[in-house]
Amino acid sequence: MIQDIFIIMWKEWKEIIIQRGSTRGGIISLLVIVLVLGILPPIQWGPTWVESPFALGLALWIPLMLVSNVVSDSFAGERERHTLETLLASRLSDQAILFGKLAAAISYGWGIALATVLLGLVSINLAHGGNGFLLYEPKLGLGIILSSMLSAGLSAGAGVLVSLHASSVRQAQQTLGLAIMLILIIPMFGIQALPPEIQLKIANIFLELNSWGVLRLILVSLLGLDIALIGAAMVRFQRNKLILD
Amino acid sequence: MPDFAIQTEKLTRDFGEVRAVDGLTMEVPRGAVFGFLGPNGAGKTTTIRLLLGLLEPSEGRAEVLGFDVRKEADRIRTSSGALLEHSGLYERLSAEDNLEFYGRIWHLADHALKIRTEELLKHLGLWERRKETVGTWSRGMRQKLAVARTLLHQPELIFTDEPTAGLDPIAASSLREDLASLAQQEGVTIFLTTHNLDEAEKLCDLVCVIREGKIVAIGRPVDLQRNSFAPSVVINGCGFSEKILTALRERPDVVSVENEKDRLVISLRGSGEVAPIINLIVMEGAEVEEVKKGKASLEEVFLLLMQEEGE
Repeated sequence: MIQDIFIIMWKEWKEIIIQRGSTRGGIISLLVIVLVLGILPPIQWGPTWVESPFALGLALWIPLMLVSNVVSDSFAGERERHTLETLLASRLSDQAILFGKLAAAISYGWGIALATVLLGLVSINLAHGGNGFLLYEPKLGLGIILSSMLSAGLSAGAGVLVSLHASSVRQAQQTLGLAIMLILIIPMFGIQALPPEIQLKIANIFLELNSWGVLRLILVSLLGLDIALIGAAMVRFQRNKLILD
Repeated sequence: MPDFAIQTEKLTRDFGEVRAVDGLTMEVPRGAVFGFLGPNGAGKTTTIRLLLGLLEPSEGRAEVLGFDVRKEADRIRTSSGALLEHSGLYERLSAEDNLEFYGRIWHLADHALKIRTEELLKHLGLWERRKETVGTWSRGMRQKLAVARTLLHQPELIFTDEPTAGLDPIAASSLREDLASLAQQEGVTIFLTTHNLDEAEKLCDLVCVIREGKIVAIGRPVDLQRNSFAPSVVINGCGFSEKILTALRERPDVVSVENEKDRLVISLRGSGEVAPIINLIVMEGAEVEEVKKGKASLEEVFLLLMQEEGE
């Protein structure tokens, strides 16, 4: 099955790159993202970049946005372009198709995020590394690696689930865009809407946690969401249902 | 190895209250081109989906290449190829990439895949254009590429759902020839759904006509034509007197005689021997310019079957 997952990933990557017009255009636009986000924020931030939570925020945000942009196409696009039934009529198992698409989206978002934070490290050393080599703090570095992967997983899981239900790519993109917006907005405005005493309790919980504790909370929450969404996608992915959609 | 590529027994599929496939019992011999004919909504596509294990039957059973559609659908899909209603090609990828993707799915080794791709694309006249994006191609070219993709892994059985639908007559004829020659070359069984009866008549060894999910007729096209229609003869000439018409009507091998000016249309019974009839007409003094022995086309048989079932 691993080989079959790689086959689907190969095709998905090709389509992700070509969807920007041509292979060359696709690679250039990805390079632009990596260059812009990997050079400008670290240089603006200065030497404290390697211990700042902003690097972690960037590593969370990049896969969330990039993956949501391509994953809507995973099943809704195949359905819209009439390629899904032929794919389902092939020898591939349900799991190979589903996990191939998930893995392609996750590796795409995670890869770009890692390339960006690595370039950030290079940029910060070139700009401010006069007093020795600057490296991310170990906990922050580990947090970046894990959280960017889990963030890509969150976006991919939600995207595949939405894409399985949607009748068109546009519908999938709109639903997913709305979901991500709500994920970002609800905590922000939701906490403000709570009574002041509850707000204070929540603030105290975070204050009592050290930075490693906050990071662990983020990672565990992301992992829980990833498992729930991918599990739901596995339940929804049934050949006979997809054929009739 | 079973002698039949497909065997079904009372195969049935319901969608809620609607019975799309109703007690289908049939056998498709290995190596045959089997035409599955029926009007829109007759249950052709649902039958293909059932046979590929993409849908579960509500009742009955089916075996494809000896594998049960309920329990061994993955083995059926491994040994067969499908050219469904839509070509199923990735239009943003090149022809070569499309074949590479499906070649990898069927675990063809790199070298074998390269050789097979070249062989098929050269046969179909697409080799020189293999690097082009499929989305820029005509529908006829895309269908040919879909045929190549279907045959890439040398399946024992292929399902094709209206393969020439939407093609112009030249492209349709070309695709038909390619499909027939490749199938013959590779000894593959073809299960073909169509409502193009000319296509079925040219390609199929056996045909099955369905209506509202039920089999209306099954057999060789020539047998269906023979069984459904009495042979007829049309005679053009002059001097067809009342005496001749009466003599013809009294013959035991004649069902009916119609005289339309200088044209006689005679329906015959049994084997439909024409020579004694011509002899009688000439002996009675009429002049015969042209004799056409009538044979019902598959289309006429199909329309008759649809009418009979409708009644």
